[in-house]
Amino acid sequence: MIAAIPEFGIALPEIVFAGLALVLLMIGTFGKERSMGLVTALSAASCLVAILLVLLMDTATATSFEGLFIVDKFAGYMKVLVLLGSGLSIVMSAGYLQREKLQRPEFPVLILLATVGMMLMISANDIISLYVGLELQSLALYVLASFHRDTIRSAEAGLKYFVLGALASGVLLYGATLVYGFTGTTSFEKLAALHPAEGVQTVGLWVGMALVASGLIFKVSAVPFHMWTPDVYEGAPTPVTAMFAVAPKIAAVALLVRLLMGAFAPLVHQWQVAILAISIMSMAWGGYAAIVQRNIKRLMAYSSIANVGYILLGLAAGTERGVESVLVYLAIYLFMTAGAFAVILTMRRDGQMVEYLSDLAGLSHSRPLLALAMTVFMFSLGGIPPLAGFIGKLYVFQAALEAGNHAATAGMANAFYIAAGLGATISVVSMFYYLWIIKIIYMDPPAAPLDRPAGAGLSGVVLVTTLFTLLFSLTFVVGPVVGWADAAAQSLTH
Amino acid sequence: MLESLAVFPPLAAAVIVGLFGRRSLGDRASQLITCGGVLLSAAVAIWLFVTVALGHNPHTVHLFHWFGSGTLQVDWALRLDTLSVVMIGVVTVVSSMVHVYSVGYMAHDRDIPRFMAYLSLFTFMMLALVTADNFVQMFFGWEGVGLASYLLIGFWYEKPSASAAAIKAFVVNRVGDFGFSLGIMAVYFIFDTVQFDPVFAAAGSKVGMHFTFLGTQADMLATCCLLLFVGAMGKSAQLGLHTWLPDAMEGPTPVSALIHAATMVTAGVFMLARCSPLFEQSPLALEVVTIVGALTAFVAATIGLTQFDIKRVIAYSTMSQLGYMFFAIGVSAYSAAIFHLMTHAFFKALLFLGAGSVIHALSGEQDMRKMGGLFKVIPKTGILMWIGSLALAGIGIPGVFGFAGFYSKDMILEAAYQGGAVGQLAYWLGIAAAFFTAFYSWRLIIMTFYGSPRADHHTMEHAHESPPVMLLPLTVLAAGALFAGWLGYDHFVGEARGEFWGASIYVAPGHDTIEAAHKGPEWIGILPLVVGLLGIFLAYVFYILKPTWPAAWATSLSGLYQLIYRKYYFDELYDAIFVRPAFALGRIFWKRVDVGIIDAFGPDGIATATRSASAGFSRLQSGYLFHYALAMLVGVLVLTTFYLILGGV
Repeated sequence: MIAAIPEFGIALPEIVFAGLALVLLMIGTFGKERSMGLVTALSAASCLVAILLVLLMDTATATSFEGLFIVDKFAGYMKVLVLLGSGLSIVMSAGYLQREKLQRPEFPVLILLATVGMMLMISANDIISLYVGLELQSLALYVLASFHRDTIRSAEAGLKYFVLGALASGVLLYGATLVYGFTGTTSFEKLAALHPAEGVQTVGLWVGMALVASGLIFKVSAVPFHMWTPDVYEGAPTPVTAMFAVAPKIAAVALLVRLLMGAFAPLVHQWQVAILAISIMSMAWGGYAAIVQRNIKRLMAYSSIANVGYILLGLAAGTERGVESVLVYLAIYLFMTAGAFAVILTMRRDGQMVEYLSDLAGLSHSRPLLALAMTVFMFSLGGIPPLAGFIGKLYVFQAALEAGNHAATAGMANAFYIAAGLGATISVVSMFYYLWIIKIIYMDPPAAPLDRPAGAGLSGVVLVTTLFTLLFSLTFVVGPVVGWADAAAQSLTH
Repeated sequence: MLESLAVFPPLAAAVIVGLFGRRSLGDRASQLITCGGVLLSAAVAIWLFVTVALGHNPHTVHLFHWFGSGTLQVDWALRLDTLSVVMIGVVTVVSSMVHVYSVGYMAHDRDIPRFMAYLSLFTFMMLALVTADNFVQMFFGWEGVGLASYLLIGFWYEKPSASAAAIKAFVVNRVGDFGFSLGIMAVYFIFDTVQFDPVFAAAGSKVGMHFTFLGTQADMLATCCLLLFVGAMGKSAQLGLHTWLPDAMEGPTPVSALIHAATMVTAGVFMLARCSPLFEQSPLALEVVTIVGALTAFVAATIGLTQFDIKRVIAYSTMSQLGYMFFAIGVSAYSAAIFHLMTHAFFKALLFLGAGSVIHALSGEQDMRKMGGLFKVIPKTGILMWIGSLALAGIGIPGVFGFAGFYSKDMILEAAYQGGAVGQLAYWLGIAAAFFTAFYSWRLIIMTFYGSPRADHHTMEHAHESPPVMLLPLTVLAAGALFAGWLGYDHFVGEARGEFWGASIYVAPGHDTIEAAHKGPEWIGILPLVVGLLGIFLAYVFYILKPTWPAAWATSLSGLYQLIYRKYYFDELYDAIFVRPAFALGRIFWKRVDVGIIDAFGPDGIATATRSASAGFSRLQSGYLFHYALAMLVGVLVLTTFYLILGGV
């Protein structure tokens, strides 16, 4: 059978974006280091173009390419977040690459290609397209992790990420075969339409689902698939770490949400328990292990593990409110984390990057505005009202408690209550190291001042993210974001 | 609302000077504003005295509703009857004299605005207390004067002894205040209101009623009155809660004169007089008041015999005189108590300020053993001190003229004699105290002003008479000490007293000991004068004719002497019973309970557990790839197993 020519229109942002990436690759290949500035600028601009296209295309739900590819409000929301994250990473990386003599134009192009992969993941509507998008993203990221290939740490980070990523892919593929084997389909829509009672070998499907989800949980770095995170975050060049902390996580969470809330929606009672357990473990591990860290990148790695725990708590709710809370949290997480990494990227002394907490001492004297920005991010990550981070946690806890109120069994209800209580408790524990950073900045005897200037790109990112974090709870900021997230969540669950 | 001008100008002055005195106003303006504030009050107070007390026009000025909750409704009002306008007059007149005196006395202090602001604040609080129309407003003033007293005793806060004395005064007063607040709660419990008028009107209907507390029956009114009396004991330094008053002499001398002699310490007397309708219904409470008052008068007078610090002698004298006022109240001679309160305010403030003048002359010396022979150097102060002492000792010629104390103290003793068995006990203790009073007063006069100078040469050279700004207030007070008794006798306790007091003081039928005293035997009134003169004579013998006698007596009666000199070991006793156990208990709670248990298991314990958990998590992060892979596979295994078990395979 000859398939009809697929509807390309709905994939226009991806197609244009991928095309731009390839053009920039050509420019970079021929222009070498001289074209670095141009490629960086155009890469950032490409992200903007893609965002505009996504916003323009953001219409009703539609599928194409034999149902492999789906576009809906959820996809639109997530793609904007991912593109924002990638764009910010590109802007933030420019100064670093210049100073570290890493001016190879592949860098922004790789980010763009990874971003194409992420966009495909977000729009994946079939296990096949899921895997293609995931691998496209991952391959680009493996290279980025070891981009500073002359240093052992960067090479080690890339290798660790690659090996463990391959293992995770294997687990995911094995799960995919099980799912296909027990159901006869890889389409999300068909999976969602299956009724567990209709003679399906349910246990096999469950295990298959668990393995596929495990592969994605590796990407979002939740416990117990998180072990790579601190090492890779520490070893990778700082702009890459900043990138890792934001865009791929958002994409992987999006995929996980679509998979569980879409394809495996009938199995919600089965996956809820597992996700809840993983969420609790991630919150606890991230919250506790961060306390003894001295390296700020490692600390941010644990912080991101804990944050993923909170995000998964919202997902575990398995409700529209839960998805909405995840979406709101992701938007907030994007700005907080990008901002914090932007500050970390300004930490240079005598031309060298410094990344220990003690290096921040006296920042309040030498760079009062930067210190203030970092304080805002840390308070927000800690969940202090009225900053953005507090709102995110509030939504997640509300969703979890509501899920507890409507849980099928008393045990499940209690599990949600306990999880929400633990989440609140652990956010107190994690407050320790966020406050500790503030204490170092404001109260410790000053270390030698950091280099100036930070660079226009970084300063801009810090400014924008600080304002967003600071002003998020104002109605005209929080209103549209929540409204959009609400619409996106609806498009997924209806 | 002209009446408000008697109360609020000192508050305005205190706020203005307190906020802006140091920075922008400066010393001179601060002194002018505060003195102006109280002088204005004093002028209005005199007008009030004339219209309200002499013109028989008691009334209440409602200012505003303060707060309310259910039946507890509290207004802010100025209750102006004879009792309160007498108090307003005493407070504002003495306070304004002290304000003016302070301009000279504190001239060399570097914190003049703060001092003047505190003095004015105190004056306002005292006025709020005496004009109260309900127990809560009274309590506000009560606590306010306590605060001002604390601030002023500790005015020279760099001095550890001053800080300690301030804290002691505050803490001991808390004991009394606790009683007072319980008393107010009892009032509210019994009468369902804290307004004076309805409470007093209903007092008679509550006689004999009981409430059950911890299984025991307690008489309502007696409990209520005794609780209020505990409050009065604390503020008025009655025996048991008196230990703070001598120490309070660490404050500047004008403070001692105003707060710890003339006004604040008499608040307890005022409060009991204000509550006369309640106390009249509880004979038990009155007997307790009589006994405590009489013992205080006697004990304090004996201690006064042995002290060497000129201010402490006067402080014990104050305590003793307060005892007189209390046993006067105990025998229902409220008007005599207030009369003595008024005359005492003049002559005791005079004595304190005179002592301050002596101390000023000797560049801060307070020990009488280092004085002597000062009459030639500071004659004006000497004469003023003579007047004050004569008034204190109650000297006069019966039927012709007497110093202030002659009228008021004799009235109290005569009334006490008519107060039944307990009253007679009070009378004899009072007679003994009167003898001691005369003795220590002339001991003070002689040791300070006569004999050979014992101060060192340098100090004597610099000794000088005080400036007019200090002597003028002394003169005004001396006029009070001379004539207050003579002028006030008829109205306060004489023929016109019924009309004068109106409804502000209530004496139950048959309790009118003043009426009985006027008809009592002649010798009762003569005896105090006789023992007073005897006391003066003995002091003359001891300290002029036979100067070796005091030391010889102290040696031969050393046990008794030490007991009295050490103030009956009250401080040591309290230290052993309350202070040290409290510290020990505090230390246990601090070291064992707080640090040892709560901190160890709470904050520290949780912190340590968190830290070790954190280290444990961190150790798992080995850096080895195969460890990480293993963790992932274990995770997958657990998940798979979970679903297999869930599916029942």
